[in-house]
Amino acid sequence: MLAGIMDQPEFPQVPQHAAFADGLTLECGTHLARLVVAYRTYGTLNAARSNAILICHALTGDQYVAETHPLTGKPGWWEAVVGPGKPIDTDRYFVICSNVIGGCLGSSGPASPRDDESGRPWGPDFPPITIADMVRAQKRLVEHLGIDRLFAVIGGSMGGMQVLQWAALYPASVFAAVPIATAAWHSAQNIAFNEVGRQSIFADPDWQAGRYGETDAMPARGLAVARMVAHITYLSEEALTRKFGRRQRSGPVGANALFGDMFEVESYLRHQGSTFVNRFDANSYLTITRACDYFDLAAEHGGDLSAAFAGTRTRFCLISFSSDWLYPTAESRTIARALNRAAANVSFVEIASDKGHDAFLLDEPDFHRTLAGFLAGCAEHAGLAA
Amino acid sequence: MPVRFVAKNMRLDLRLIAGMIAPGARVLDIGCGDGSLIDHLYRTHGCDARGLELDMAEVTRAVAHGLPVMQGDADTDLAQYPDGAFDFVVLSRTLQAVERPREVLRQMLRIGTHALVSFPNFGHWKVRWQLLWSGRMPMTAVWSRPWHETPNIHPCTIRDFFVLCAEEGYTVEEWLAVDEAGQRGAWRRAASLANVFGEQALFKLTGR
Repeated sequence: MLAGIMDQPEFPQVPQHAAFADGLTLECGTHLARLVVAYRTYGTLNAARSNAILICHALTGDQYVAETHPLTGKPGWWEAVVGPGKPIDTDRYFVICSNVIGGCLGSSGPASPRDDESGRPWGPDFPPITIADMVRAQKRLVEHLGIDRLFAVIGGSMGGMQVLQWAALYPASVFAAVPIATAAWHSAQNIAFNEVGRQSIFADPDWQAGRYGETDAMPARGLAVARMVAHITYLSEEALTRKFGRRQRSGPVGANALFGDMFEVESYLRHQGSTFVNRFDANSYLTITRACDYFDLAAEHGGDLSAAFAGTRTRFCLISFSSDWLYPTAESRTIARALNRAAANVSFVEIASDKGHDAFLLDEPDFHRTLAGFLAGCAEHAGLAA
Repeated sequence: MPVRFVAKNMRLDLRLIAGMIAPGARVLDIGCGDGSLIDHLYRTHGCDARGLELDMAEVTRAVAHGLPVMQGDADTDLAQYPDGAFDFVVLSRTLQAVERPREVLRQMLRIGTHALVSFPNFGHWKVRWQLLWSGRMPMTAVWSRPWHETPNIHPCTIRDFFVLCAEEGYTVEEWLAVDEAGQRGAWRRAASLANVFGEQALFKLTGR
């Protein structure tokens, strides 16, 4: 009996979360009557509540930053960076990571029940959300945990957009901000790639205008193709060449002669696509990619990015990667220059790497040294005990 | 733990520069290298000191030491800072390597109240002697790379610098010249002698 229970997947039906009965009014004007923010924490909050670091996850990330993922059984997505003795040292800092709203791992999103009594999931009727909405939900969580000021807010890619939004919305609550491999807006190219992903979901017959939840179907094929396209943008040409080159292997049994052999890069992408659909919801994917596309921090401030940071006392560290063509160094430099115009305290480093956008998730010693050193310097300025 | 720099190991011109900076000042060090000056200014003067550095390896080293340094180019990035953002803007041994020294100085005195500029003196007697005697570009301890490899595209003499300051209307509040060992000889108060015997010069300027 017990063994039978143990054999079940260990994913808790309701992950650790905070629920806010007064809800959240979104930028689109819709009021979410019930706000749920699922999160994980690591390390210990000190008595002064001054050692908290909020980590913001990327498009398809989640709150399981430094522990085995309950659905996939794989290590946490940033275990290279977060943990005891790691650059974000959980022996020293209290680390919080929450699932963004719009996501599908416990926070309010398209898969959550509607506000009405029906209990049916929102599905495609979930209101459009923005990066600022995600950040406002995180702010509620941080307050709920009794923290006025975060020692640092750190994130890569879409997580970096949240970091920028945090610094713009709540400057007094952010001592240090580390936007990594990110941009202050989505470029036409960024939007274009997202659109290809969305169209592939729409093209899947199982999509059913987003109401696939009602038929127990799922646009797995479309979502997998969306992931394949996106995955290409996360890697550099050099990384693809190094990993796969033009190597081939036998294709699937029964394939016609044209596809008798398949390139290893094809097989890799198919694998990425097919595993992704087991842990991600298509409506969440649409909601979150749209939030990224709408992000334009300068536009919110009359077209002047530096106005978003006027008078800020937050210490910034911008980090980009030389082979990242999704959020290239030029985007980080634009942010650094805007911060200069606001006379902000800015560090800015481009890490030499051939691993593309994904470098921020991988073993990059220079990146890790930079992050650890920046945080150590900030801890000294913040008066945090070593 | 990050390696910390102690003043006695600091480059001579940086020690002299630090001596001209008021405690608690807002400082931008252009071409800050590994950030030893800004670290020193923060630790011993309580300054809000930041750095700008072209070489990414140096930037990475500085930030990994917890210092606020950004990668950037003196020729293009100074224009981004607001007027009067700093009390002191430092340019040590970099003036001769920038593309537009005159514009860089203008920017320094726009964004800062004071500019501290150090540069190797191309008027030093060894330089003059080598050019006169051998007829070839001088190679000394200070000017140590052949003409086709040197990043020092705009060498100048102490007198040249005085002339530029006069043309631009800058006030020279303080200046000094030293030999490579840091000694200030009997010539130290006369610009014409310093222009012959001084290997390094350091100027403290204010704008118009």
